[in-house]
Amino acid sequence: MAVDNGKQIKTAQKDIWPAEYFGDNPDYKEPPELSRLIHLTTVDKVLNLARGYSIWPLGFGLACCAIEGLMATQDPRYDLSRFGWEVNRGTARQADVMVVCGTVTTKAANFIVRLWEQMTEPKWCMALGGCAISGGPFVDSYHVVPGVNKLIPVDVYVPGCPPRPDAVIEGYLMLQAKILDNRKFLEKYKGKVVTG
Amino acid sequence: MLKTQEYNLNLGPQHPSTHGVFRILLTLDGERVVKAEPIPGYLHRGVEKLAEARTYTQFIPYTDRLDYLAAMLQNWGYVMAVEKLMGIEVPERAEYMRVICGELSRLASHLIAIGTYSMDTGGVTGFELALRERETTMDLLEELTGSRMTLSYARIGGVAADAPEGWLDKVDKFMDKMPAYIDEYDGLIAGNEIFQARTMQVGVIKPETAISYSLSGPNLRGSGVNYDLRKAKPYSVYDRIDFDVPLGTNGDCYDRFYCRLQEMRQIVRILKQAVAQIKEVDGPVIGKVPKVLKPPKGEAYEEIESSKGIIGYYVVSDGSAKPYRIHVRRGSFINLGYLDELLRGVLLADVIAILGSLDIILGEVDC
Amino acid sequence: MIEDATTLVDELGKKFDYVEVNEQSTVIIPADKLLEFMQALKDDYGMDFLTNETAADYPEENKFEVVYNVSSIENGITIMVKTSVDRDNPELPSVFSVWGGANWQEREIYDLMGVVFTGHPNPKRILLDYDYEGHPLRKDFQWKGGRE
Repeated sequence: MAVDNGKQIKTAQKDIWPAEYFGDNPDYKEPPELSRLIHLTTVDKVLNLARGYSIWPLGFGLACCAIEGLMATQDPRYDLSRFGWEVNRGTARQADVMVVCGTVTTKAANFIVRLWEQMTEPKWCMALGGCAISGGPFVDSYHVVPGVNKLIPVDVYVPGCPPRPDAVIEGYLMLQAKILDNRKFLEKYKGKVVTG
Repeated sequence: MLKTQEYNLNLGPQHPSTHGVFRILLTLDGERVVKAEPIPGYLHRGVEKLAEARTYTQFIPYTDRLDYLAAMLQNWGYVMAVEKLMGIEVPERAEYMRVICGELSRLASHLIAIGTYSMDTGGVTGFELALRERETTMDLLEELTGSRMTLSYARIGGVAADAPEGWLDKVDKFMDKMPAYIDEYDGLIAGNEIFQARTMQVGVIKPETAISYSLSGPNLRGSGVNYDLRKAKPYSVYDRIDFDVPLGTNGDCYDRFYCRLQEMRQIVRILKQAVAQIKEVDGPVIGKVPKVLKPPKGEAYEEIESSKGIIGYYVVSDGSAKPYRIHVRRGSFINLGYLDELLRGVLLADVIAILGSLDIILGEVDC
Repeated sequence: MIEDATTLVDELGKKFDYVEVNEQSTVIIPADKLLEFMQALKDDYGMDFLTNETAADYPEENKFEVVYNVSSIENGITIMVKTSVDRDNPELPSVFSVWGGANWQEREIYDLMGVVFTGHPNPKRILLDYDYEGHPLRKDFQWKGGRE
């Protein structure tokens, strides 16, 4: 699985999930990622400040992790709105991050890829819970995709079944550090996480 | 005259109010629904097929992930079916612990049902208030079982562990404060004019239709049919506990919602009695169970009353350590069988109100 | 009024001659007498609630067994009724005309097991894609995918 030097988004090269499996997608014309072609240096730093402090998630929950990852993180105790990130958008065109919470099935794989392509750049993806990372307890089922990174590029992985809301907030903070290019924050997890 | 044309609208898999990945293909004439086709299956994980590759105890965490909001009730139905197949007797203290943990799970599930229904009809404040109480419930469950949501607390023959020191007093104190919170939801959500205008006389289900289409849970009792498995076929220690079954009169969305609210008051009654009665019962929390479970050849079917309907488990064994066939009778799946007729001829905004009042959960619908 | 499941099952065994009752109080009937038996259960004995309908695959005996659990709301009793169909040509009449609750349950059995129900108003797949090939819950179903 690679975002191959910024050229295209490729699905996994294993033959159990070939790219033709998911059918014809009329929206997908293989556009190059604009954020890798256009660099604005110092203006970028200012823009990243704005993007990092107001990440708007797409309201998209699949299964049990949605209750902990999306709903319980926004309840009065683990308040996500003190960070500025509680605005769930209903449509993909207005969202920044796609938090995939729950098991990805082969019937749902089509529209997940379609939603990812409808999102405007810059965009990120967070895989929440064991099922989205690698298939979880349902990995040897006939209808489950073993991990959402077979379909779309993932930036942050938050393990757990389901992860506590504290862990989800930690995942959001890592995503913010990745956007602002905050190496000191990410160095703390050296050996435990792959940066870049 | 203006000529109109019908068009197809996808109340798609990604929608803030469909409680998960559920799709309804609507054919609309203006704002009125002409035909509705619900399409489930976007979360079908093949749990029944996975059961044939796991042992009986290894299947208990899978039952958690079906109805993840009331996880103890799912575990309970499964272990009751296996205990009936093997003829194991459960000690009394374990039955009381199952009742206490099960009613706390039911309370957590009804709180989310009320909160999300308030959010679906427009008022986000009700959602945040209901989740505040749910956090206290999940703290209690975490102290007992170690996990907030997917509990896996029931075992074949009893429960996993006894209550820690002082836990029962905490449950008692929480039940003293709960009626004031329920009155708050009653006034804020059910007493709201806009909420009442959106839910009264909408989505009416007659009692004969409800029985014929096998609806269960608050959907059946909202139409006035008195069928609660805890009273009709008492299992565990429910025959020693005194409580009422709330019924609706009209069978519309408001009645189904109000049944859930009244059921929360009954949960407070049940928990106070159970906590008082368990103090006199001492003993082990798990019965005599062999180390490797190999039930005799045969089959068993058991059902219990869960928060969303009737949960039943049909277990077939062929004498080995792994089950031959497990089927789950899911309440939410069968409650949705009536949806396409219920949605005929309503306005588009009523579709959301009706779907929210049925209180489905997609892990259970798709299995 | 019948108060107990075992008395009801014994009475059914005496009244209908094609009915067999085994030791666990399960009623076993042949597939061609299915609809009239179910109609009699609903009309004469007041069993108005179909609580569960499922199927199990027995490839060694070359049959599918379809299981119905029927309850009565007033009396609070539940009985189990079973019938068998041939594995090579699995066809059975639908009980949707007796209880509407059989609607989605029969579609699920067709989808996952492959038993065809005649007389069902909407005989399409429900949980898998409409053009999926194969019936997953059969014992001889092969699939790719899983752990790598």
